Amino acid sequence: MSMSLVTLSSVTKKFVMAFAGIFLMVFLVVHLAINLCLLRNDGGEWFNAAAHFMGTNYVVKVFEIVLMTGFLIHIFFGILLQIQNWMARPVRYMVTNKTTTPFLSKYMIYTGGIVFIFLIIHFMNFYFREIGLVANDVTMGEGEPNFYQVTINLFSNTTYSILYIVLIATLGFHLNHAFQAAFQSLGLNHPKYTPCIKGFSTVYSIIIAVGFCIIPIFFMFFK
Amino acid sequence: MTQLNSKIPQGPLAEKWSHYKAHQNLVNPPNKPKLDIIVVGTGLAGASAAASLGALGFKVKIFCIQDSPRRAHSIAAQGGINAAKNYPNDGDSVYRLFYDTIKGGDYRAREANVHRLAEVSNSIIDQCVAQGVPFARDYSGLLDNRSFGGAQVSRTFYARGQTGQQLLLGAYGALSHQIKLGNVKLYTRQEMMDVVLVEGKARGIITRNLVSGELEKHFGHAVVVATGGYGNVYFLSTNAMNSNTSAIWQIYKRGAFFANPCYVQIHPTCIPVHGDYQSKLTLMSESLRNDGRIWVPKNKEDAEKIRKKQMNAIELKEEDRDYFLERRYPAFGNLVPRDVASRAAKERCDAGFGVGTTGLAVYLDFKDSIKRLGKDVIEERYGNLFQMYEKIVDENPYNNPMMIYPAVHYTMGGTWVDYELQSTIPGLFVAGEANFSDHGANRLGASALMQGLSDGYFVLPYTIQNYLSKDIKVPRMSTDAPEFVETEKAVKDRLDKLMGIKGNKSVDYFHKKLGHIMWENVGMGRTAERLQKAIDLIKELKKEFWSDLRIPGDNNGVNTELEKATRVADFIELGELMAIDALQREESCGGHFREEHQTPEGEAKRNDDDFKFVGAWEYKGENETPVLHKEPLVYESIEVKQRDYK
Amino acid sequence: MDLTLKIWRQENPKAKGKFETYKVTGISTECSFLEMLDILNETLIDKVQLPINFDHDCREGICGMCSLYINGRPHGPDDEVTTCQLHMRKFKDGDTIVIEPWRSKAFPVIKDLMINRNAFDEIIQAGGYVSVTTGGIPDANSIPINRADAELAMDAAACIGCGACVAACKNASAMLFVAAKVSQFALLPQGKMEAQARVEAMVAKMDELGFGNCTNTYACEAECPKQISADNIARMNREFFCAKVS
Repeated sequence: MSMSLVTLSSVTKKFVMAFAGIFLMVFLVVHLAINLCLLRNDGGEWFNAAAHFMGTNYVVKVFEIVLMTGFLIHIFFGILLQIQNWMARPVRYMVTNKTTTPFLSKYMIYTGGIVFIFLIIHFMNFYFREIGLVANDVTMGEGEPNFYQVTINLFSNTTYSILYIVLIATLGFHLNHAFQAAFQSLGLNHPKYTPCIKGFSTVYSIIIAVGFCIIPIFFMFFK
Repeated sequence: MTQLNSKIPQGPLAEKWSHYKAHQNLVNPPNKPKLDIIVVGTGLAGASAAASLGALGFKVKIFCIQDSPRRAHSIAAQGGINAAKNYPNDGDSVYRLFYDTIKGGDYRAREANVHRLAEVSNSIIDQCVAQGVPFARDYSGLLDNRSFGGAQVSRTFYARGQTGQQLLLGAYGALSHQIKLGNVKLYTRQEMMDVVLVEGKARGIITRNLVSGELEKHFGHAVVVATGGYGNVYFLSTNAMNSNTSAIWQIYKRGAFFANPCYVQIHPTCIPVHGDYQSKLTLMSESLRNDGRIWVPKNKEDAEKIRKKQMNAIELKEEDRDYFLERRYPAFGNLVPRDVASRAAKERCDAGFGVGTTGLAVYLDFKDSIKRLGKDVIEERYGNLFQMYEKIVDENPYNNPMMIYPAVHYTMGGTWVDYELQSTIPGLFVAGEANFSDHGANRLGASALMQGLSDGYFVLPYTIQNYLSKDIKVPRMSTDAPEFVETEKAVKDRLDKLMGIKGNKSVDYFHKKLGHIMWENVGMGRTAERLQKAIDLIKELKKEFWSDLRIPGDNNGVNTELEKATRVADFIELGELMAIDALQREESCGGHFREEHQTPEGEAKRNDDDFKFVGAWEYKGENETPVLHKEPLVYESIEVKQRDYK
Repeated sequence: MDLTLKIWRQENPKAKGKFETYKVTGISTECSFLEMLDILNETLIDKVQLPINFDHDCREGICGMCSLYINGRPHGPDDEVTTCQLHMRKFKDGDTIVIEPWRSKAFPVIKDLMINRNAFDEIIQAGGYVSVTTGGIPDANSIPINRADAELAMDAAACIGCGACVAACKNASAMLFVAAKVSQFALLPQGKMEAQARVEAMVAKMDELGFGNCTNTYACEAECPKQISADNIARMNREFFCAKVS
């Protein structure tokens, strides 16, 4: 199975990358919406309700599998492409390339790697707790994790909050290029609409990055 | 004296080609794969010939010196390709294209060949469009035409300023298709060093692998040489750096006559020379003359000020400008043929009216066209040329007039071929600029692409069969045959001799010196005295070359100095033949202008009584005087007149 | 002006190469980059040393033969030019210029700065043409083509096959080269007939030859001397997708 993935054509691999990427980008919007519930001054009522829904609804459970597959595919192909790309230039240049390219577009594998590290930390804190991989010490009622409390605990640590903001900013840079690149990869290109997509790409990445960052800032300064 | 047999078919002019095709011998399909054809050169003529012959079923081997067939110098042609389609409804016809080409060639081309060229011109356009060549189109989606020098109709098809590139890529695509199908085998970075003759017929070639340095022997039932022109004999020309005469020079030495070597086209619209280190001249498409007006200052004092940069061209008032082409040739104005325009520019500069720091430049001004048509239209038509000019000269041609000066561009002379494009060596065919055939003493703009593709797509695939039909029983020969071994040995000896000189001067030193001798004495204006001087100087140069040349490195692997040396050795000998031919031709015609033979107004004066012939030279051996053979030119359908563009 | 040049020297494809340092003096700003190298080569020949090998031919920016990765950029520090059209006025007196061959697994070095670009020919041979043979063609004007499409096709067809896109790409990907040819024919009715087979064959050949994958950095577009747009890559992706699903 993995061999046949390796030998997929370069354009197909781009397609898969882009497709999985777009799926993940849609998920981020949902995730952000849930996170923004934290800003309600309701003692985590909405947030925990949303988390509960996400953790128990069967439709969401199915999507969870799809989502995880999306993550794995995106990461697997990202690494695979990178290895193949390095192999395509066995002898490197002495002078680093000075070609003008869109900001950080050359460093997607690195921003992606950082986001991956963040993802693991994030999973340790939340998702693994949900599925029982990590000891669940903050509960509410019937042993269900109190994610609102987990969040408050984490963000009460300033170092964690700053790290969170930095990592989310990296995600923002990753997304800024990723959004419009996905359309390019899928061949969804049009002289009229592509500039809009590029503009929207920036807007989207700012909304996601700022949206997620508001929460630690909110907890740092207003709680 | 050998009687040159041009094999012109019987019948009225317009029916000769149909008659030929109807009566020629063909090779039947099962026999075609048994026959090998070698094609040397991958330009328009070579690539189109190989693709067409491969498609017919012959086994073709094609060779080029570059890393890819797509690099051939046909790619640099900018302006366009002529055809008698008469799409604009402005009165064009096959006859008119034929007539213009003969007249443009100053009545020194073979009538039957030129008529055939005009006849197949339309098929070339059809062929190229089918290949996906993106010709310019109008808003209806149909093909657009532009006008070009030497014609009063718009018959030139173009793809922006990159027509040659697009046509070559079309032919390259067709060639690649045949390579994929296995009908053609491609050899890159291989240079033809000699032709192998077996019982007097061309049966193969010796090549040098430019990467390994090894010599290789290749067999073919017939050999097609399509290696382009010899303009680089002048060192500075618009030709590519690696364009050379060696293939056609080696076949000359093996017995193929060399015709009209003195006919050289000097192109009027090139970027002027700026320094000694300069390696080549850049052509600006002649199409620029459609919308640009050529002028110099009317007063010498103004010219002097401009040269000293005390004054800018745009400051000069309209009445102080001399639009000398419009003044001298009111009917054709800036669209006179190339030779006429070049000489007129040289005349003004020689008289002290030239501009630019060297005084060897005239202005090509787009001010009026920009005013009339708008900058956008000019940009659309010539954007890439303007950009190229600005990159080289560092001056914006939308604001300041361009500076141009004539430069060597095309060589009408070449291997003598008959109507079938066969040289005096049986089985050795020569196509494109390498042969002498269709342009007479001067080529009209947008005709070179037409001729290259005509030879390759529509002429050779027929005529070569007439020859090969007699060869269907000849089996493929082993390249260990004594003729191959001997020729290979001769090539090796020549290379060893060059490597063994171990003198003190680089190849470029000799090439530049030769170029200087040629430009000064066998250039735009020639005299008997200067031609004789050139012959003497070249003889000396040849001696110096063979005693004081230095080639670093060895013959095992890439050695670009050795490559250049083999080519310059041939250029030196060719230069001498050009001077001999120019000296012999006691008249002015087209690209050959003898100052002794001009009208009181300074126009070229032909001598039809004594020189209405093709001068074909036969090689007689090292340091022997070559022998001239004359092919009389008979004009049945055209009245021979003094060319008049007034 | 006087310059210091650091140039990659490599005896043959198998040899281990290294950088050598050379000085050139009194170079005119009007001089082209390759003429500057000519001058250097003349001085090397004077000293009975091996001149530097580099590919070049037309020296007017159209044949695509010249290459050279100059100070970190294919075709050097100017936009929309090939190396042969790069002029010394783009440099300053006293500059150090590092000249490297184009690096890609698919473009092995032959000698010094000369590389083997046969891979591009092989990609074209895989299907970069319309499969017509000579003769028997209807009149050229029997196929009207929308002017806008013809212009877009011409934009794509302007590719000179130099390989700057591969040299600039951090992944040594040949997508822009392949996409330009695929696009030219995808836009024209003549090419539509074989469009599906063409794009699949050309992409397969490109992958087989060891070029990298596209990660949409658009370095290819930025360095292309003929300004071929990366929009062509999107078009190729679309064509490829349509070919695969149909």
